[in-house]
Amino acid sequence: MIQTPVGPVPQVSSSLTWGDRLGTFKARWGIGRMHYTIEPGLYALGKPDEQSPILVTANYKMSFDKLRETLPGWNAWILVLDTGGINVWCASGKGTFGTMELVGRIKSSSLEKIVSHRELILPQLSGPGVAAHLVKKLSGFKVNYGPIRSADLPTFLDDGLKAAPEMRLKTFTIWERVVLIPMELIEAFKAGLIVILIFFLLAFLGNSGGIWTNSLRHGFLAAVAILAAILAGAVLTPLLLPWLPGRAFSLKGLTLGVLAVAMLMVFGWNGWVTSTGRLEILAWVFLIPTASAYLAMNFTGASTYTSLSGVKKEMRWALPLQIGAGIVGMILWLGSNFIA
Amino acid sequence: MRNQLMYLRDVVTLSLDRMKCVGCGTCLLVCPRAVLSLTNGKVEIADRDACMECGACARNCPAEALQVRSGVGCATAVINSMLGRKKSSCCCTIDSEG
Repeated sequence: MIQTPVGPVPQVSSSLTWGDRLGTFKARWGIGRMHYTIEPGLYALGKPDEQSPILVTANYKMSFDKLRETLPGWNAWILVLDTGGINVWCASGKGTFGTMELVGRIKSSSLEKIVSHRELILPQLSGPGVAAHLVKKLSGFKVNYGPIRSADLPTFLDDGLKAAPEMRLKTFTIWERVVLIPMELIEAFKAGLIVILIFFLLAFLGNSGGIWTNSLRHGFLAAVAILAAILAGAVLTPLLLPWLPGRAFSLKGLTLGVLAVAMLMVFGWNGWVTSTGRLEILAWVFLIPTASAYLAMNFTGASTYTSLSGVKKEMRWALPLQIGAGIVGMILWLGSNFIA
Repeated sequence: MRNQLMYLRDVVTLSLDRMKCVGCGTCLLVCPRAVLSLTNGKVEIADRDACMECGACARNCPAEALQVRSGVGCATAVINSMLGRKKSSCCCTIDSEG
């Protein structure tokens, strides 16, 4: 705690503990990420005084940790807004990291009594939710939009609150895509596991009078195929995004899905080719690229450059095609199982 | 600046009324995609296809010169709303920056 004219304010350090790092890791894998929050309000980083800058962030603990981690040796106030534990970019899009929340938090924290200046530093990505001119009008505090990446904050502060043009560009580097893959995987696995179980069930139903090993073989093939589709659509598509052909994400996922089918053909599927096997393989020729394209299309939400208008346009042709190809594939697969 | 990833062409709903623009330049500061430029005291749409319709420029324009139908470009959210599901947890997987 640090003493201020309006009472004690909790003090934090710029160094993260192992607990903080573990928390970040867990949130990336979707464990407790919706409850990974800190209490909104004012915090003291180091030993700030009335001249110290005020940095504003969201009450998602990963946002808060990333911010303080970049400022070792700095003394600053950190004003944490209540975004329901959602990061700055998503919360500003939803409006919870917004003008009214900011103005309210300035008042409830008695900022005007704690600092002598009237300036705030906001993350640039809070722009969709915060109207700088209205904040000034309603609270008297001037909003300075800082850089996108918190790592550029020290430079921004040193240069008198000026950001170089490249600090204002949202990138989507390979590392920024890699850290998103765990969440994509978890979501895909949740659905994939159910689908695999359904295929096993259908395989046993289709073979009720037949041989158990046959059913197992169909089910096992389905599991391999679905895992291949997830690998193509939810792992390799995010990873290889800039180098995949086309602009539509479905197209990128489709390309890798077709490649996945080709790989499976080379590695062993041909060993199973019988008259039924051909039909079954044809089914997967439809189903794997379709599933991969669908998963890739859903990566638009995690990407940092897709517009809603664009996504709607892509979906207008991609979704009907995916549904159509999915139905054709399922009919072929059921045919291979039940008729033969 | 021009080697950023680009999504579909000619779909963006961004529009600019240059008559209203007061040339304050706030929109240039908040745009994360370098869509806008400032020449002779007026803003211009320099790279329309780069826009992701986040709405930051329009929100921060004191003269209401910029308009955009803002939203999150997220297929999962679109599907959820088509299915009548309110929950769109989609965008919240972006943890890249605080």
